[in-house]
Amino acid sequence: MVSTNYVLILSATLFIIGVAGVLTRRNALVIYMAVELMLNAANLAFVAFASAFGALDGQIAVFFVMTVAAAEVAVGLAILVTIFHTRQSVDIDSLHQLKG
Amino acid sequence: MFLSEVTNQAGTFFHLVPWAVLFPVIGLVLNMAFGRRWGEKGVALVAVTASGLAFVVAVLLWLSLRAHPEGAVIQVASWMTLVQVDWAFRVDTLSVTMMLVVGGVGTLIHLYAVGYMHYDVRYKGDPGRYSRFFVFLNLFIAAMMILVSGNSYLMLFVGWEGVGLCSYLLIGFWFEYDTHGRPSVANAQAGNKAFIANRIGDFGFMAAMFYMFAVFGTLNFDRIFAEAPAVAHSHPQALLVITLLLLLGVTGKSAQIPLYVWLPDAMAGPTPVSALIHAATMVTAGVYLITRSHVLYDLVPAAQHTVALVGALTALFAATIAVGQYDIKKVLAYSTISQLGFMVAAAGVGAYVAAMFHLITHAFFKALLFLAAGSVIIAMERAHHPLPEEGGHDAHHGEDPEGFDPQDMRYMGGLRKVIPVTFWTYLIAGLTLAGIPPLAAFFSKDEIIAETKAAYPLVYWLLVAAAFLTAFYIGRQIFLVFFGQPRSHAAGHAKESPWTMTSVLVTLAALAAAGGLLNWPQPYLAAWLGHTLGEVEAAGLNPVVAGTSATIAVVSLLLAWWLYGRRPLPTPETPDPLKALLGPIFRGMEAKWWVDELYWAVVINPYMALCRLSAAFDVWVIDTAVNDAAWLTDFVGELVARWQTGYVRNYALSIFVGVLLIFTYLLWR
Repeated sequence: MVSTNYVLILSATLFIIGVAGVLTRRNALVIYMAVELMLNAANLAFVAFASAFGALDGQIAVFFVMTVAAAEVAVGLAILVTIFHTRQSVDIDSLHQLKG
Repeated sequence: MFLSEVTNQAGTFFHLVPWAVLFPVIGLVLNMAFGRRWGEKGVALVAVTASGLAFVVAVLLWLSLRAHPEGAVIQVASWMTLVQVDWAFRVDTLSVTMMLVVGGVGTLIHLYAVGYMHYDVRYKGDPGRYSRFFVFLNLFIAAMMILVSGNSYLMLFVGWEGVGLCSYLLIGFWFEYDTHGRPSVANAQAGNKAFIANRIGDFGFMAAMFYMFAVFGTLNFDRIFAEAPAVAHSHPQALLVITLLLLLGVTGKSAQIPLYVWLPDAMAGPTPVSALIHAATMVTAGVYLITRSHVLYDLVPAAQHTVALVGALTALFAATIAVGQYDIKKVLAYSTISQLGFMVAAAGVGAYVAAMFHLITHAFFKALLFLAAGSVIIAMERAHHPLPEEGGHDAHHGEDPEGFDPQDMRYMGGLRKVIPVTFWTYLIAGLTLAGIPPLAAFFSKDEIIAETKAAYPLVYWLLVAAAFLTAFYIGRQIFLVFFGQPRSHAAGHAKESPWTMTSVLVTLAALAAAGGLLNWPQPYLAAWLGHTLGEVEAAGLNPVVAGTSATIAVVSLLLAWWLYGRRPLPTPETPDPLKALLGPIFRGMEAKWWVDELYWAVVINPYMALCRLSAAFDVWVIDTAVNDAAWLTDFVGELVARWQTGYVRNYALSIFVGVLLIFTYLLWR
């Protein structure tokens, strides 16, 4: 049995990698993957605590997160495809029309 | 017995009274919807029929009233239940007398306007406006019927405002011209002047209504009049204030001092409008209001004296101005103000029958004077530049000078030979106005003068002086217009107006000549109105007064002949003979005693200065505050907008930093 601490450290590491990806990358698809990484880091923390406390709540939350993530993938990819159609690129920095 | 208790009587026509309003409304709606498609004949037929049917209703009511002189109140719908005011029509001898005048004279003038407007719209170059004119005219009849038949002050006020609106619309009928047909805003300004002067009067009327409601708790005639004696006992000041505020309304609508200034300018409207609205009917609404409120006035002698004095002063003052005018319609306008002064003075001394008598005869002869003047103007205009359909080439080929004005009496002269029907009817109306027996106004005016003699000597002398001037200015006008030699090409080549116009003139001439029979030798009108006004003693003809005023009229006419008839003016440029005789006094009469200028100096210019001050305050204080607030918002916005880079990354970073801060706070708390 791996200690919960290690699992949590792994989860935090994955999360920080995700955050760094979101903040630094310009390709929307990569950012998207980084977001997924963050979601799964959170999932990992959920199951770690669920197994540590012997409660099912965390595992149920994971299922919810996975379902929502799947829906999000459908919507997000559709948006990405549309963006690519109109701009011939998924470079996120080219989308800055909201500049004040 | 209250009239309201008699709400339903079998075998009478009283229930028809709403149709006096509805027929004109139907007519105007039809003409509004289809007038352009039907052409002039259709429009004229609908409008005249609508007005004629309203008159028929009035006649039927009159027939029923002969059998049931106590009248009736016909409730149509409830209106403001909170203040207990209903749409209820009041049929009594007073209201039906007014309805007969409005419907009868109104229909005749509709008929006349059929011919008159045919030419007028062509001279002004917009034949499409023909139907609009009759829409307004029918609207006026409807509003006037509401005014005279309402059973409460509030309903009277609805009609009061309605006729004011029609007056405004019709004064500004040719709103893009002045009275000479040149492009200008003068006609529109005349309409505004009338409307604003009437607003001041309406303020008085409305204040009177508010006060009445506060004192009596109702605006219904019967209930106010029933409670008035008790209120006069407990709150004598209240009745004084109410009656004086009503008088302010009267001075606006009936063109009395100090608000009369709008009526002469109102002559900018087409002549049938001057005849119908600004001579025969609308301007008499004030006299009707006082007569209707006679219960209130009878209880406050101070208010009565004020009314009589205002009327008598107006009668004399306007008559002096009429002497010095050259515009044929302006003379008649000041004459109307003066005659209204006679009526108001009569109402002020409690001679309500005499006031109503003069109102009726005045409606006949003054409408006739205006219509005949309109016939003169059209005849001059047609000779000046004939229409293409009458062999004219194009507009303005006349041989008269550029400054030619078809309404200026100095350019007329000798017209009796070329337009005989107009001349004879004008002469009859003029002699009636002068008070020559046995024409109508001789009886009605003498009744007024005789009544004031006993009641109020000052008013009596003012009115006698006014009567002298009346005969003089109308004599001057007739000699200037119809006698002597033509003083312009147009005057020499004028043509008589078509039968639709002249037949109306002849009818009105008969009415003006015979109108005196209403109250003499049998005091029929006194007995008739007595059913509404209470017992009225028949004044009868006072031989001394009658003889005096007939002599005054004859002497005055002879004086007019001596000045204007004996040696007619040879050219338009000849100065008026009175100028040498009276000197500066005549210049005052000519300049209308500078009353308009006085009002400008005392009221309008200070008001304009106040307006400019307000405008400056608006620009420098309010606008500056608003602009500065906008500038501040803009500045802060510019500052904050730098945060909005548009890069998703930065937003994500700020969310991340925010989450970190929250966590830090939660951990280190």
